[in-house]
Amino acid sequence: MTQAGKTTPKLEEVEQGCVLYNLDPIIMKYHYEVDYIHSYAQDSPFFAGLSKGQLMGSKCTKCGSTFATPRSHCMNCGEPTEWMDLPLEAKVHTYTTCYFGGEEFLAETPFTLILVEWPGVDTFFLSRLIGVAPEDVYIGMPVKAKFRRLSQFKPTDVYFVTE
Amino acid sequence: MKPVYMVAGGITKFSKASPKKDFRYMVKEAFDAAMADVPNLTLDQIDGSITSYFSDHFTRQLMAGIMVHDYLGLTPKPSKRIESGGATGGMCLQSAWEAIASGRMDVCLAVGFETMSHVNTWKGNEFIALASDTNFDYPVGGFYTGYYAMMVKRHMHEFGTTVEQLAAVSVKNHKNALHNPYAQFPAELTIADVLNSEMVADPLKRLDICVMSDGAASAILCSEEMAFKLTDKPILLSGVGTGTDAMRLSDRPSREVILLPHENPEDYKDLKYPGVHSFRGGRAAAKQAYKMANIQNPLEELDFVELHDAFTSSEIQTYEDLGLCKYGDGGKFIESGAANLDGKVPVNPSGGLLACGHPVGATGLMQAVFSFWQLQGSIAQHFGGDDTLQLKNAKRGLIHSHAGTGTYITATVMERGF
Repeated sequence: MTQAGKTTPKLEEVEQGCVLYNLDPIIMKYHYEVDYIHSYAQDSPFFAGLSKGQLMGSKCTKCGSTFATPRSHCMNCGEPTEWMDLPLEAKVHTYTTCYFGGEEFLAETPFTLILVEWPGVDTFFLSRLIGVAPEDVYIGMPVKAKFRRLSQFKPTDVYFVTE
Repeated sequence: MKPVYMVAGGITKFSKASPKKDFRYMVKEAFDAAMADVPNLTLDQIDGSITSYFSDHFTRQLMAGIMVHDYLGLTPKPSKRIESGGATGGMCLQSAWEAIASGRMDVCLAVGFETMSHVNTWKGNEFIALASDTNFDYPVGGFYTGYYAMMVKRHMHEFGTTVEQLAAVSVKNHKNALHNPYAQFPAELTIADVLNSEMVADPLKRLDICVMSDGAASAILCSEEMAFKLTDKPILLSGVGTGTDAMRLSDRPSREVILLPHENPEDYKDLKYPGVHSFRGGRAAAKQAYKMANIQNPLEELDFVELHDAFTSSEIQTYEDLGLCKYGDGGKFIESGAANLDGKVPVNPSGGLLACGHPVGATGLMQAVFSFWQLQGSIAQHFGGDDTLQLKNAKRGLIHSHAGTGTYITATVMERGF
C-alpha cells in the first residue's frame, strides 16, 4: 500500500541471472532445447523390420529398380515401390573412419562408416562397421548385418561386422 | 531473356567470429562496399533484393532475410530468401540473375551471410549434418566430412587419386590467399604439413577441410542499360546452370556420363557413373552454363575458375565435373600445375573456401565478387594495392557453388562486358 492507498504494479525480481561471456559487445549464453515428435511415416516398416532382425529395401512395382535404402516411390519412374528383403551378407562399397564429428556423436569417435552394396541392387545403404581396425577395412570387404537385441528404432539398429 | 550484368560487389573480411557486428550489420558493410564502387547508383534505383543464408539453426532467427532487407532500407520493395545448403550463395546470385533476365527488375541486389560462430565447432558440425536425411543418414553418425571422405575413398579406388594430390590443393589455395586481404586462413604450407595435420575422417585431414566462418557478401546485378550507366566495366553473366542429385549419398545409381561438347562416349565406356566418386549435379550445371555461354572446351575457353573447395577432394572431383580434365584425371590435373596461379586455368586464385573461409550463405557470392574484380582488372584496387592475384587479361571465368554431397550445384560463367 502506498501512502495514497494505491498499489503500484511491479515486476517480480527473479534469482536467476545469465551466463555472460563478454561485456563489449555483450555476449551471453542462450539455452535452446527441443523435443521433436518425429514420425517415420511411410518409412516406418523399415524400422519395424530392424526390430525383427529384418533388413528391407524397396523395389519399383513398374520398372523394377531396386533401392538398398528404402523409398516409397521410385526415383526413376515415380511409381510406388514394394518392400523387399535384403540379404544379410554384403560388401563394403566405400568407407571412412571418423575421428571427429558432430556433438551428438563425438563420444563415439572413432567410428567407421561404410556404404554397403549388394549385387543386383541399384543403390547403397549407409551403416557402421564394428570390430574392424580402421587400417583393415577395404573396398569390396565382405560384411554381414547384425541387429541390436533391444531396438531403438534408429537406422543404427542394424550394423555390420566381418565374420 | 535479357542480358544480365554485375556492376559491383562487396565482402566483409571473413573471420572465425564477428561478435561486434550481427548479420544485418555485416551485410550492410558488404552492401556499402559494393555501393561505393557505383557512386551513381542510389538506393531508390534498386528494385529489390534476394537474400541468402543457409541455416536457421546458426542464426537462431527465422526470417533473417527480411531483417537484412529492412536494415538496408529496401522495404517495401520485393525480396525473398534463398536456401540451398552449401550452394546457397551461388543460387542467390542465379535468383537475382533471373529477376533481371526476366525483366522483372532493372537493378537487383544479391546479399548473403552466415554467422557460424554462434555455436562451438562440434555443434556446428551437427547443424550442418542435419542437412542429411534425418531418418537414414544423420543418426548413423551425421558428419559431412565423413560423407566426403567416403566419396573420395571411392575416387581413389576408381582412379588412383592420392593423398598427396589432395594435399597439393590445400597448399595451392592457402598460398594464393596470402595475397587476399579478405581471406580468413592464408598460409604457406607444404605437402607434409597437410599430410601431418590431424586426421578428421580418413583420408581427409584438418588442412584438407575449410573452416567455419562469419561473413557477408553482396553483388549488384543490372540490365544492360543500367549497367553501362553505372560503370564502364560491367561484367556479363553469360551462362547459368544448375544441377541436382539425390539427397542421400546412398541413392546414386549408375548411369551414363553426361557428356560435354568436347567429350566422346568412348572416353567413359567402362566407367560406372556417378557412383559416389563424382558429382553428377556439377556436370549437369556445367553443361547448361557452357551451352548458354557457347563454350565448347572449358579448358581452352575459361581464363580461371573459382570453385567450391570445402574439401580438397571436392576440388579434384570438380575439375572433372567441369570438364577441365577427363573423369579420373583430377589428381593428375593438380599435379600438372594447370590449376596454379600461373597455370593453364588458375583454379581458386582467391584461395577458395579452404583459405578464404566458408560463411555458407555468403560463399557463392564471395566467388562472384572475386571473379568480378578479376575480370574488371581491379584486384589491386580492392586488395590494398597488391596485384599478385590479378590474372593478366582475364576475360572469362566460371564460378561454382555446391551443396552437401552434390545435391545442389550452380555454375555461372562471367565475362567482360566491355
